[in-house]
Amino acid sequence: MTLPADAVKALETFQAAAGWEQRARLLMQWGDRLPVLSDVDKIEANRVHGCESQVWLVGSLQDGHWQFAASSDARLIRGLVALLLARVNGLSAVELQQVDLPEWFNQLGLSRQLSPSRSNGLNAVLQRMRSLSDM
Amino acid sequence: MMIPSPWRADFPAIAALQRQDQTYLDNAATTQKPQALLDALAHYYANGAANVHRAQHLPGAHATQAFEDSRSKAAHWLNAGDCGQIIFTHGATSALNLLAYGLEHLFNPGDEIVISALEHHANLLPWQQLAHRRDLKLVILPLDTDGLIDLDAAASLIGPQTRLLAVSQLSNVLGAWQPLPALLTMAKAHSAMTVVDGAQGVVHGRHDVQALGCDFYVFSSHKLYGPDGLGVLFGRHEVLKQLRHWQFGGEMVLDADYQHARFRPAPLGFEAGTPPISSVIGLGATLDYLAGLDQDAVSAHEAALHDYLLKGLEARNGIRLLGKPQLALASFVVEGVHNADLAHLLTEQGIAVRAGHHCAMPLLKSFELAGAIRVSLALYNDSEDLERFFEALDQALELLR
Repeated sequence: MTLPADAVKALETFQAAAGWEQRARLLMQWGDRLPVLSDVDKIEANRVHGCESQVWLVGSLQDGHWQFAASSDARLIRGLVALLLARVNGLSAVELQQVDLPEWFNQLGLSRQLSPSRSNGLNAVLQRMRSLSDM
Repeated sequence: MMIPSPWRADFPAIAALQRQDQTYLDNAATTQKPQALLDALAHYYANGAANVHRAQHLPGAHATQAFEDSRSKAAHWLNAGDCGQIIFTHGATSALNLLAYGLEHLFNPGDEIVISALEHHANLLPWQQLAHRRDLKLVILPLDTDGLIDLDAAASLIGPQTRLLAVSQLSNVLGAWQPLPALLTMAKAHSAMTVVDGAQGVVHGRHDVQALGCDFYVFSSHKLYGPDGLGVLFGRHEVLKQLRHWQFGGEMVLDADYQHARFRPAPLGFEAGTPPISSVIGLGATLDYLAGLDQDAVSAHEAALHDYLLKGLEARNGIRLLGKPQLALASFVVEGVHNADLAHLLTEQGIAVRAGHHCAMPLLKSFELAGAIRVSLALYNDSEDLERFFEALDQALELLR
């Protein structure tokens, strides 16, 4: 499966990052570039619970391809979500089911953000994405 | 100024954590354990585990002896004297649930249970749910601006309808001693039962349940440098007689047939099933260790560290403390910075502090906050731990601002 262009860029940037500081800066940059989620989408039904911050996630199939949008009031989780969307947006339903998201964050050098004790909410976001795409 | 801890080497995990570049400042959540406790656990398991209060055999006698010695040590730690008993539970939460179920029959619709606005969920939810079950009113004592229970408000809210007062001795978010003597006096004036949640308080200084005059005092072993899975419930004899049995099973029974049973009185009647034997024995060892320390020196050390923490926080721009912490911990937020972001970057730098609502959601909501960062201290922390925290904090804030 070929990677979406944004994902290729993310991989190149994060794999070149040295140390936690640079990774944090990059995460914030990616978060800042995440398209703004409209206020009508920031409703309780779209909230991902289990996060320390507020995270919203919406997704729909458009012409057979998934398009997700998300936001958070915290910057680093917004960056993590941006990296997630970079990997999944534009995939077909079959491709989305096949993608190994923990491995994706592992490749980015961010696997620790998915450890069970982390309450940043990335795990909860992944679960929500699965339940949206299983419907 | 350096503030070394003379007890640091007694806790082997601190050095191990340091080798992993971790600075442990989440002591209000749980504490590291002294070598004396590790030795006691190893000794118990290496020399013959046995169940307690059941068997005639020698290993059973040894285990029961050690188990009951711990009960005496816990009673002594709280200066319970002859006024009450120690019941071992599976945690402070279990102890509070035991009370909320075991005392349920004493409440009638319309009766009032009084708690405070700063309670941990463990001392809120059992009473809230009891109130729902029995159609009671749950009364919440408000706080003043320093984060102390407002005594003027309490005087008007604690009244003839009050059947029970349950309050925390030391808030796990605000780090301030609550005015227990005044509150307990008010409750007793209306013949209300009194429950003190000592989960945080018991860790700092020595407390005397006879002097306090509370009916029940609850704490958890693991926050007091002891093993986890173990709660301690002190109850005065008069009120223990009114406590109904809650959980049923092995060893709490006097006599059973298929349709009926009669149960033991406290403490064994409230310790159904096999208790956490090794944890109870381990707690005894921890209490021996703690009893051997110069308590004044420990208190002075903790006070000096806390002062160091507050001064360091106050020296930084945009930091807002929650309440007016007196000891043990400080919770704070930083203007314009999300606490989840700050927590993320402190974690990246090996600083173990807590972020979030600290199991006190209503309290955080009253500050209109979704969360806060909490730094909490123990007797093995030193000023270098705090310096590492401050460096990491500065780095994180520089990145985030």
